[in-house]
Amino acid sequence: MSHEQPQERPQDRPLTRWQRFKDNDIIWSFLHSPGAMIAAAITVFSILACLFAPLIAPFDPFDPSQISLWDGKLPPAWVEGGQPQYLLGTDNQGRDMLSTILYGGRLSILVGLAAVCLGMVLGVTLGVISGYVGGVTDAVIMRIADVQLTIPGILLAILINGIGRAFLPLELRQEFAVYVVIIAIGLTDWPQFARVARGATMVEANKEYVQAARIIGLPAWLIMVRHVLPNTLRPVLVIATIGLALAIIAEATLSFLGQGIPPTTPSLGTLIRVGNEYLFSGLWWITFFPAIALVVLVFAVNLLGDWMRDALNPKLR
Amino acid sequence: MFFFILKRLAQSVLVMAIVSAVSFSLFNFVGDPVNNMVGQDATREQRLEIREQLGLDDPVLTQYSRFLGNMLQGDFGLSYRIKRPVDQLIFERLPATLELVFVSAIIALVVGIGLGVYTGIRRKSWISRGILSVSLVGVSLPTFIIGIALIYIFAVHLRWLPSSGRSGTVDLGWWKTSLLTVDGWRAIILPAITLSLFQLTLILRLVRAEMLEVMQTDFIKFARARGLSERAINFRHALRNTLVPVITIIGLNIGGLIAFSVITETVFQWPGTGLMFIQAVDFVDVPIMAAYLVFVALLFVLINLVVDILYFVVDPRIRLGN
Amino acid sequence: MTELLKISGLDVDFDTRRGTVHAARGVSLTVRPGEVLGLVGESGAGKSTIGNAIVDLLESPGRVSAGSILFEGEELRGRSEAEMRRVRGDRIGMIFQDPQTSLNPLMTVGAQLVETIEKTNGKISGAEAENRAIELLEQVGITEAKARLLAYPHQFSGGMRQRVVIALALAGDPDLIIADEPTTALDVSIQAQILDLIKQLCRERALGVIIVTHDIGVIANIADRVAVMYRGEVVETGDVAQILGAPTHEYTKSLIAAVPRADRKLDRFSSVDYIEGGTTPFKRIDIQTHWLGESQRERGSGPAIEIENLDLSFTLQKALLKRNRKMLQAVDDVSFTVNEGETFGLVGESGSGKSTVARLIAGLYRPDGGQIRVIGQDVVSHPKSATARTARRALQMIFQDPYSSLNARMRVLDIVAEPIRFYRLTDRESETRKIVGDLLDHVGLGASAALRYPHEFSGGQRQRISIARALASRPRILICDEPTSALDVSVQATILNLLKDLQQELGLTMLFISHDLPVVRQMCDRIAVMRNGGICEVSDTETLFSAPTHEYSRHLLDLMPRMDLLGEA
Repeated sequence: MSHEQPQERPQDRPLTRWQRFKDNDIIWSFLHSPGAMIAAAITVFSILACLFAPLIAPFDPFDPSQISLWDGKLPPAWVEGGQPQYLLGTDNQGRDMLSTILYGGRLSILVGLAAVCLGMVLGVTLGVISGYVGGVTDAVIMRIADVQLTIPGILLAILINGIGRAFLPLELRQEFAVYVVIIAIGLTDWPQFARVARGATMVEANKEYVQAARIIGLPAWLIMVRHVLPNTLRPVLVIATIGLALAIIAEATLSFLGQGIPPTTPSLGTLIRVGNEYLFSGLWWITFFPAIALVVLVFAVNLLGDWMRDALNPKLR
Repeated sequence: MFFFILKRLAQSVLVMAIVSAVSFSLFNFVGDPVNNMVGQDATREQRLEIREQLGLDDPVLTQYSRFLGNMLQGDFGLSYRIKRPVDQLIFERLPATLELVFVSAIIALVVGIGLGVYTGIRRKSWISRGILSVSLVGVSLPTFIIGIALIYIFAVHLRWLPSSGRSGTVDLGWWKTSLLTVDGWRAIILPAITLSLFQLTLILRLVRAEMLEVMQTDFIKFARARGLSERAINFRHALRNTLVPVITIIGLNIGGLIAFSVITETVFQWPGTGLMFIQAVDFVDVPIMAAYLVFVALLFVLINLVVDILYFVVDPRIRLGN
Repeated sequence: MTELLKISGLDVDFDTRRGTVHAARGVSLTVRPGEVLGLVGESGAGKSTIGNAIVDLLESPGRVSAGSILFEGEELRGRSEAEMRRVRGDRIGMIFQDPQTSLNPLMTVGAQLVETIEKTNGKISGAEAENRAIELLEQVGITEAKARLLAYPHQFSGGMRQRVVIALALAGDPDLIIADEPTTALDVSIQAQILDLIKQLCRERALGVIIVTHDIGVIANIADRVAVMYRGEVVETGDVAQILGAPTHEYTKSLIAAVPRADRKLDRFSSVDYIEGGTTPFKRIDIQTHWLGESQRERGSGPAIEIENLDLSFTLQKALLKRNRKMLQAVDDVSFTVNEGETFGLVGESGSGKSTVARLIAGLYRPDGGQIRVIGQDVVSHPKSATARTARRALQMIFQDPYSSLNARMRVLDIVAEPIRFYRLTDRESETRKIVGDLLDHVGLGASAALRYPHEFSGGQRQRISIARALASRPRILICDEPTSALDVSVQATILNLLKDLQQELGLTMLFISHDLPVVRQMCDRIAVMRNGGICEVSDTETLFSAPTHEYSRHLLDLMPRMDLLGEA
């Protein structure tokens, strides 16, 4: 039955945009998948909480006037010795954990998003050109991607990041660390996007609607932008979601290794690195809460990506 | 067969050529090699002498070919920081890394494929759904957090296992192994689990996804229509066809283990090449960075070669052509 | 007990989120030993569902909700999976459509046969099983069977693979074979052989056979009795001669009327009542005064397309050394001329190069050698020149697959308007929209289709959108590459009628590519027969069908399904 055409539905008027949106199989699947909805809720919630950190955080961890070393190393409020104004306790410098986590998460998400966007724009552009033009262009682009894929992403990110830092004069390193990390992760990401976009492009380019556009006489760039690109975006979107989770992990890993965001404006990874030094002395909350925040964030994004991959795969529906 | 392997070899050589070019340019363009060798306060004469010694005034191509020649002999020069030959440093630390990767790979493959097949066959069971949900958590856990958690639970809290370092090594003359003593195993078990967990979940999910994909094919439907048993369909027909794409990813994943060994070794202070690399990056110790890059690329190329040969064995369409 | 299989009152339901789809309703059928029952219907009729329901292999979420399936006197409904497994293969064999995907690519043919033989014959030694496998392969007409046991599926041709599939279906010595479109994926010449084989096995072994197909030609060739399905119901059952020659149900009548006749040329297909939407007559435009008719006034008198010594080869396998390269001569020294205003047919089996020639003319490929002139202009030497571009714009193409020939992410309006906007064929957007509406009216879809997306339309309707898009360039030449081979036969008739009308109104020149000789006979003035990239014969249509000169043309004509059972239309 599945390979036969669906029965025609009687339709008098074209559907409105909203009806079409609601009728869309992916939206339908989303509204019937509790996991996906929870994941989306957590993701949206975390992103909002972090973006609006300056508004909702009880303290500003970067304002020296609000920090006092006397309040350092306080446990969470419900543990003996904790103070009510510091819900999740304080770190070694006396900064409120909840506030630093919100600010840190904000940085982690922004870096992840920026890195994925960089990788996606670069990879999709090269991938679509590679798949559509073919020939020598394709061979060169894909060989470069292959060689880059020979070296694991995280290693390459460490390397690019290290080189980027080496080029910067010492006094600028801290200031530009965020951009170096974004570029390092973005540059390691592009081959994935390029491969997926190229594969999808080659499938689409062989379809007859592209041939029809060529016969109409449209120039190649217009066919790529108007016809091919929109039809390759589905798989790219899946990769981008999973890529966001990986980018957040990559940033945290770099920062944990001391290669990423400096402790003055900490990201979640930096917080975990700093806290790790106090783990053996029993100050577990300095590591624990940032780690939980990171895992929940990444898990939600992964859950969303996982659902999206299944929903967009017509074979499994 | 011969041409197939030859073609792959040619590709590998290309990869190595590009990687070596990258690591050569690391030497020339990252920092000032003379400064790195002699420090900031050397005299002008000293600097010129070193420039002369290193041949930095030769044309770039001459320098590159000299670099290639040295590389082929395993000579990457002296570490800027430790002032010892880089190849010695790497070979001293290689057994630690390779053993860690080996143990992790075994865990990831055995458990990953096993659970993947189970969840692929018993799609609807609650155990499968449980495994699958847990696996998604596994994909979301950064390696260093797993490491920290395991250390906290098993070393700090329960005090069952050591929290860092490698111990109980036995010197076999050409190889220092920690797999022959109980102490050695106690030290390797936490880092190995940490390293394997991420790849394990990836393999699990991939095997399951491929199983489901294969189950949709016509030949499975035809096998059903011939009344073959579930067992024959699952294992003889589905699993073997699943293996073809899985082999590629597993090749990549073993490479991933090498990459993530950098992080695991840092968390556990495991004295392998990864720890050495990250320290080298900290100090911009270019010879070690370059050598490590070439070394990792070489391992990868070898793994890919093995994968290609496995392909050849498993898939008659490649072996016998059309 | 003369009936092998007796289905009565069978309902099959699919519960979907848009409600329950009744794939089969009250279906009753019987099959006797030694008889071929043809189960015929168009897509969506539910014919495959019946076959799958018999062996309890309905795809999820399908289920049998009522009725009984008596096989050799026993009820099959409600059996456990283990019991059904003993029925499948042992007593009922199945053959599927695509031999490319029906066999496990990683197991030798011998291993798959032996596995099935061991399953169906219980205790049997390895050597015995192997002998039996050889025997089976010989029975389905595979020579050197012993050596072939060690071969993998990809080492067989399509037709040979389908023979292996049949051997596998026979391995358990079943009493009933259900063949689901067993020849649809095969070339005409191989189709005939496979049908003969099935028929012969049916007679020799007194097998009951159900052939599920959309193809009246297959039915005419092989079936003893026919059941016609329409929207999940069996509307008519009877002897093959009666169904094809004197159908009684209205649906069967219009279905038979839509079958292109090979024996003579008709002006138009007689009107078909039972087809998917889009039969309501819409306002047709007056070509004389309309924008669309302007191209007619530019008409010349010379040949529309001239082709001389066209060559094109594809590289199958790259290699550094020339002798190691594998090349396919896809088009080999092809020359012909298409006159202004005529319909020129290109026929041949798959791989004959007919579609490649069409794509060369359309400029999708560049030839290795030879000349192409479109309305007198050389389009090969300087493909980017202004004259070549103008000439190319006079030429548009309609493709085979209605599902992939429209960009799913664009509205019909934007699809059809694309050439108008790109070439600025009108000045104002409002005028563009009006023209698109007129075109959609003219091809029988209605202007309201403009704001919808392609997935809201059926195959035939999409093909109409493709035609409207082609017309929007105001072409003088239309290349139709198998425009109806993906469509149901009744839809095919309406699309062919539309193409004929457009050609007459607009004085279009048509290059019509098809593998289907009866269709070509209905559509074309002259025909070129192609084989292996070369042209065998170019003749007037009637000459070709009455007195073919080339041996291969005669061979193709012999393979046409016998349609002498069809009545007078």
